[in-house]
Formats: sequence, C-alpha cells, structure tokens
Amino acid sequence: MILFGYRVPMMASLIVWCVIWEVVGRSGALFLIPPLSSVLVAAFAMVQTATWQSAALVTLHSFSVGMALAILVGIALGVLMGRFKAVDDLFGIWVNIFVSAPLSALVPVLMILFGIGETTVIVTVFLFAVWIIVLDTRAGIQHVPNSLIEMGRSYGASPFALYGKIVLLAALPEILAGIRLGLVRGVKGVVIGQLLVSIIGYGELFELYSRSFDMENFWALTIILFAAAMLMSAAIEHVEKKVDYYAGVR
Amino acid sequence: MAHLAVAEAAIPASETVVAVRGICKRYSEVEALRLIDLDFPRGKLTTLLGPSGCGKTTLLKIIAGLIAASSGEVRVNGKPVTGPGPERAFVFQDFALMPWATVMRNVAFGLELQGMGKAERQSIARNYIAEVGLTGFEDKYPHELSGGMRQRVGLARAFAVNAEVLLLDEPFSAVDEQNRRKFQEDLLRLVDKERKTFIFVTHSIEEAVYVSDRIVLLSRRPGRVSQIIEPRIDRTASPDAIRRDQGYLDTVEEIWQGLKHYVD
Repeated sequence: MILFGYRVPMMASLIVWCVIWEVVGRSGALFLIPPLSSVLVAAFAMVQTATWQSAALVTLHSFSVGMALAILVGIALGVLMGRFKAVDDLFGIWVNIFVSAPLSALVPVLMILFGIGETTVIVTVFLFAVWIIVLDTRAGIQHVPNSLIEMGRSYGASPFALYGKIVLLAALPEILAGIRLGLVRGVKGVVIGQLLVSIIGYGELFELYSRSFDMENFWALTIILFAAAMLMSAAIEHVEKKVDYYAGVR
Repeated sequence: MAHLAVAEAAIPASETVVAVRGICKRYSEVEALRLIDLDFPRGKLTTLLGPSGCGKTTLLKIIAGLIAASSGEVRVNGKPVTGPGPERAFVFQDFALMPWATVMRNVAFGLELQGMGKAERQSIARNYIAEVGLTGFEDKYPHELSGGMRQRVGLARAFAVNAEVLLLDEPFSAVDEQNRRKFQEDLLRLVDKERKTFIFVTHSIEEAVYVSDRIVLLSRRPGRVSQIIEPRIDRTASPDAIRRDQGYLDTVEEIWQGLKHYVD
C-alpha cells in the first residue's frame, strides 16, 4: 500500500486499528470494549487454564471430524456432478440452495435429530462447509481440458488412473480454493453449533463469558478463534499458490 | 480389367496398417463424415487435408478410438478398433501436457500408465527427449517452455510408447512460423529414422506437401475423400531446396486449385 507517496508495510493497518482499540478501551466510553492490552493479558492467562484447553480440544475435535467428512463428501459429490450430467441435475438445485441458505436456522432441528452433544456440532460443521467444496470441485472438474482426458484415454489410462493421475490433479487449484472457503465456513459452523448447543467446548465458554460480562475473556476467546481461522486459511492459500504455479498454464 | 486386378494383388494386405471402411459420423443434426474409405500404408506419412470443418480431426479421433463412428469400421493390422490401443499414439493440437509434471514425467507418462518401472521408463524417455532436442530440459515444467518446445514434449511422449501408428492432430498449429519450419524438418528426420506410420492432420497446404508421402483431400462438410495426391519430391534434397523445388510448388498449386472453391 502507498500512502502520501510513502510505502506502508503490510501489517501497518492492523497496528492502526489496534491503537484505536486501545484508545477507545482506555477512554472507558464503552464498557463492552476493554483495552486491547488487558484483552491480550487475559488471553495469555486463559490459554494456560485447563478449562480453555479442554474446550479447545473438544472444539478442535468436532471441527476436524466435521471438516474431514465435508472434504471427503464434498470432493466426491463435486467430481460426480462435474462429470455426470444426471448427477448434476439431481443435486445441483440442493447444493445451490444450501450454499446460500441461513443454515444456523437448521441447528435446532439438528439438535432434535442428533441430540444435544458433539454429533450435532459435527453435523453443523459439515453442513456449513460441504456445499462450497462441492461447488468449487464441480467447477474445477468441468474446467479440466478435454484434451488432457483424451490424452489419458489414448495412452491407456484405467478409469482409476484417469481420475487419480489426471482429473483430480488438474482440478486441484479449484478444489483447494473450495477447501479454504469451506474451512472458514466450518469455523463459523463449529462456533454456531456449540453456541446453540451451548454446553460444550468453545460455545460453553462464549456463553459463560458473555453472560457474566467478562469482556476481557470474551474478546480473548474471539481473537484466538479469529487468529486460528486466519492461520488455517493462510496455510491453505500458501499451498494453493504453489499449486497454481504448476497448474498456471492451461 | 485384367491388369487392374494384377495391380491390386501386387499390394500385399500387410502393407496397409490402418484400414478405414465406410466411416460415417453424425452429430445429432450435422453430418460430419460420409462413407470414408481409406488405406494407410505402413511406414508412410499420410496427411488429411481439407477446409476447416471438413471433419479431418474427427476422422483422426475415430482412428484413435477416442470418438465412436456412427457406422463403418476402422481396422488396425486387421483388428477392428473399439477404443484407444497401445499400437496407436496421439499428438494433440494443444499439446495436452500435464502442467504439474516435469518434461521427464510427461514424456514417460504413457509408459507410466502401462505400468513400466521408473528407471526403465525414464531411460527410454531420456532417449526421446534427446531425439526431439530437449536435452537439459528434463526437470522443467511445461509453463517454462515455449510453444514449440511443449509440442516437442508431446511428440517425445508419443514416440516413447513405441506405437506403430502415430496420429498427429494439427501438431504445429499452435507453434509460431519459424519454429514450425524447424519442427517440420525435425519431423521428417524422425519419420525417416523411426520407420513408423504417421497420420497427420493439418490445414496448411504447404505443410502437407512438405512433409507427406500421401495427401488425402477431404471435401467440405459432410467430409468425403475428394482426391488423393502423392507429391513427387526428392526428400534427399536440403529443406530449402525442397521448398523451391518445382514439383513441390506444382503440388501446392494443384491442391490450392482443388480446395479454392470451398473458400468463400
């Protein structure tokens, strides 16, 4: 970024907002916003408590299981939809409805189906993440150049080799973009799921801190969560860039 | 009549590698090919030439087994074609290289699919990479190569599987003019060296006359065989001498006269 002719480093805008937060917090104008410094102190203390650690583990577990399912199902369904028109016609409308539907509204129904516990949270993560993975995979598969598929067939690739060695790799940039967007939605899913179920993991802690107006800990929790989501997304983005480099020419 | 029968008998059946019999191809409304009968002799380079949309690429892909014909059959060494087979290798117009794989892996890919071990297939691939003049580029990726070099990779991949018949679909159309000429000369050298049967599709008259033993002219849609020309050119002459040879220029002119009325 260039401001008034000076080159401003990448993270500078973040520092500006941190300073504004600190100033607003210290002024005491909004009791909901404590100074950033005390939030960070609270975060540092919180991560050392057993409560936070077990909550984080529970959350991470629900998230990983839900995401793994979403990635597996999402890629499989996306490949089928990209390759076979009948499958596309059958599922296309549902995928497009669910990708933009307010899924939070479904969580109470899920609670009835799957009970008040981890299963509901896993299903919520899955439902939040899976649709965008399906759509991106489908798009990736449809953009695989026909000549690459003909190349595989003419050099004797078995259907298994055709998918494993050509189609999936050619669609990898789009699949990774889908997984990245799916991860971000999955984080939303795990928090919303746990908040609504409200007796496990991060959701329980959020509930606890916001009810008791313990804003330092509430914001500390939020910041840790945001940082984790951003790190995951950045990690996938890093892989994506590498893959784009190799798949760039098509 | 008697001497005709003798002339036909004089060509043994084994001379024909690829036999095309009564091939028709219809796409719902469009008739692409109508009753194509052709023989492709062993060890020769036969070109399919015709106006755009005459179905020459379709015919090539039917021979490759990538597209099914509506009726008629293709036989390779007497066996009917039902799909792609190891005795045929295809060179694609857009190269069809895997962008995530090195030159080495791309060239060895046909062998990899056949289940050949890594060391063995890499030594064969290295040989053909050298043959097409890409030594030193084994570990490069396709996006690091020029268009001409990419098609050399496609050509090396086709040679590496040691197929009898090489099918080339406008291989030089995405290559710039100077590289194309060099490429054509290299191709002639490889045709001479590898002793394989080549079926070549192009829309360039000059290219067809320059590289072919036989030229099959196809008419506009629906594609039918309109004429077969055998350019009589002394191939031992230098490339530049060939391009100024009277026989070469006459053949180009003859084909142009034949195709001219298809161009509006």
